[in-house]
Amino acid sequence: SLNGVEWSLLPPATEEVVAQAERLKGRFQGDPSFEYECPEISAEEAEMLFGDGKEPIIKEEARLVATIEQIDRAVGIIPRGAFVKTPLGSVHENRNFEGLSLTEAKKLSSYFHFTEPVNLKSKTLLEKADLDPSTDFLDSLEHDIPQGSWTVQLEKGGTVVVLRSLLWLGLTFYHVPLTKQYGHIYFGTGEKNLDLPFML
Amino acid sequence: MYQSYAPGLDPYQAQEPESASQTHAVGQDPYQAYEHGHGPYQPHEPGYGLYQPGFSPYDDQIPDPKSRMLAIQNAKAYLLKSSTTSGLNLYDHLANMLTKILDEQPTNAVDIIENISKDVKWAQFQKKMDTLRDEHEILPTFEAAEQRKALFLKANGEGDEELEEDIGETPLPNVMETAFYFEQAGIGLSKDESYHIFLALKKLISVQPIQTCRFWGKILGLEMNYIIAEVQFHEGEEEEEAEEEDIIEEGGKGMGEVEDEDEEKEKEDKPPKSTYEPPPVIPKEENGTGANKYVYFVCNEPGKPWVKLPPVTPAQIVCARKIKKFFTGRLDAPVVSFPPFPGNEANYLRAQIARISAGTQISPIGFYQFAEEEGDEEEEGGGGRDTCEENPDFQPLSVAEMVDSLSTWVHHVQSILEQGRCVWLNPFQKSEEEEEEEKAEEPDELQQEIGPPLLTPVSEDEGIQDIPAWTAQLSTDLIPQYAVAVLQSNRWPGAYAFASGRKFDNIYFGWGHKYSPENHAPALPPPVQAEYPSGPEITETRDPTLEEELAFQAAREEALAAAEEEEDEEDVEDDEEEDDEEEDDD
Repeated sequence: SLNGVEWSLLPPATEEVVAQAERLKGRFQGDPSFEYECPEISAEEAEMLFGDGKEPIIKEEARLVATIEQIDRAVGIIPRGAFVKTPLGSVHENRNFEGLSLTEAKKLSSYFHFTEPVNLKSKTLLEKADLDPSTDFLDSLEHDIPQGSWTVQLEKGGTVVVLRSLLWLGLTFYHVPLTKQYGHIYFGTGEKNLDLPFML
Repeated sequence: MYQSYAPGLDPYQAQEPESASQTHAVGQDPYQAYEHGHGPYQPHEPGYGLYQPGFSPYDDQIPDPKSRMLAIQNAKAYLLKSSTTSGLNLYDHLANMLTKILDEQPTNAVDIIENISKDVKWAQFQKKMDTLRDEHEILPTFEAAEQRKALFLKANGEGDEELEEDIGETPLPNVMETAFYFEQAGIGLSKDESYHIFLALKKLISVQPIQTCRFWGKILGLEMNYIIAEVQFHEGEEEEEAEEEDIIEEGGKGMGEVEDEDEEKEKEDKPPKSTYEPPPVIPKEENGTGANKYVYFVCNEPGKPWVKLPPVTPAQIVCARKIKKFFTGRLDAPVVSFPPFPGNEANYLRAQIARISAGTQISPIGFYQFAEEEGDEEEEGGGGRDTCEENPDFQPLSVAEMVDSLSTWVHHVQSILEQGRCVWLNPFQKSEEEEEEEKAEEPDELQQEIGPPLLTPVSEDEGIQDIPAWTAQLSTDLIPQYAVAVLQSNRWPGAYAFASGRKFDNIYFGWGHKYSPENHAPALPPPVQAEYPSGPEITETRDPTLEEELAFQAAREEALAAAEEEEDEEDVEDDEEEDDEEEDDD
């Protein structure tokens, strides 16, 4: 939506679209039908990616969807214990989640990425023994590369913990410890911060 | 299926040698319900209510007698297994839980069963750490509240009388009003925080002799954030610090002169003196002019003491342009970067603030005008005017006009040149004494740098690639009568300006970095300097090999033989050859 009143449904993102959109740089224009030209692809790649006959043009709405998908995948986070996995494999919201305690809330390891876990299997057996399979089935933030790409701050006298991502500048996650309130939101220009390693 | 259940003997016999829990009274029937785990129970069986079909983890077990016994044993063993994290086991936990339920008899036990379970687990710990836990939890919030409380206290005694006089012209900015206007555009901090900042600024003013004050903005950092206030002191208040710095510099120069004299006295063979002159240090601008026109105070949170940032030097600005680092939130943190930043985080912060101010502080056209002094224009050469004052005849433009074209906005802060200053200074003109001594290499002539003059309209700002430098919007399309014109900067994301009638302001909320669509490429280290000039006199040549020497000898003998025939000319040739030989043999 451009004005908060009229909403239009975006098509879901496919892997191809995400791969194409990752190459685009620069700000969004604000016009969903704006067309970008794909920069600098060799003719061979173009054939592989687009099949026959299509021209390398990406519409802004596709780029928008791809960016949303990337952001969710990369930095969409939840506190530990908010979702549980039943023995049958399905993941539910944990209605008994009472919030993290203050000490837990300050640690990065008590927040998980809300996507398919990538690092879980590579942990050592010792670490795996400590995991509680119903709540610890996702990647924690501790091992994000590069280290330190999250800032943890307590606001409002320690009643709200705010995590900000430095990889996608503008992604903010908040949680009120010992309550069920948490959430994340993104306000920003929609560009990945590729200079992160230089800036730390 | 129920045969083993009714007499209750077989399962007991199977369990007795293995069980860890002691009691096997009649009340143990509910436990058995968990272990059997097959088939729905008839309503008359005890344990029906506790065990709803479809939720059993053992539904898929084979209802076969022998394997059933094995399954029962396995199930019980599993229940008795201790958890590695807490040392409890499910068996005991369930026992405790059901004991508690039967003791307390709560209504609707099945609905709150999970909470009961949790409370039972909590009860394990409560006895040991009761008082300690309570104390620990209160501390952080309590401390923060104490700090903020200091803000809310009024200044002591003297404050009361002065308040009445100063209400007319207080340097305190109306932060809440500014926050309201920015909120129309969706920018700003929460009301709580704005109010706390308001009170913190009030405290700052009561402590320092301040003429004008403005809330500049907030810069986010890794561990803590910075809240920044831009102030101008009353004239005459700032000279103390400047004097201290001059004294330190002169002391340094005195030391240098003494050392030179000592060296000249030692008339020994010294290694060649380096002819390298470091590029002259460009002096910083005076406090109160140019990049140092305003003084900035920062604090991490309202309630914490305000810290004054040191004035910025051109070298720091030039270096800050080349690096891009996050702020940590501690002013004394070192800035590790290449090229090495001359200073710590306080200096880096000040340099970024100077760049942001120079690039994004804008006002509606006509609000500021140049002071009317004719003589000054000639003296300052190409630099342009550097002060401006409020125009008492300011006629505000309508909000729609402010948004339509960017030429209705102008910069009211001088832009910073490449050199790092606002007013260009030729570093080689300064000290005539130095020029007389070192005449070996004449310095290259620097071009005078000219930046856009003060009060340039914003429409002349360069965009980055295709993006204009500023994006203008009305705060609302629905109520144009009360809309506010809002400008967002695209070069410094986070810088905003609003205007509505006679009111306008600038603010910054962000991380403190410039926007560039290209990735940041750190400067490469400079090439390794040559230690010495390489020329033919230093370069080694290869010694002639044996064949070459023999060949040379043979050639010489031939020449001698030929020399006997012609006497005059050959003498000259021999001499030449001998000279050549001597050089080669060396």
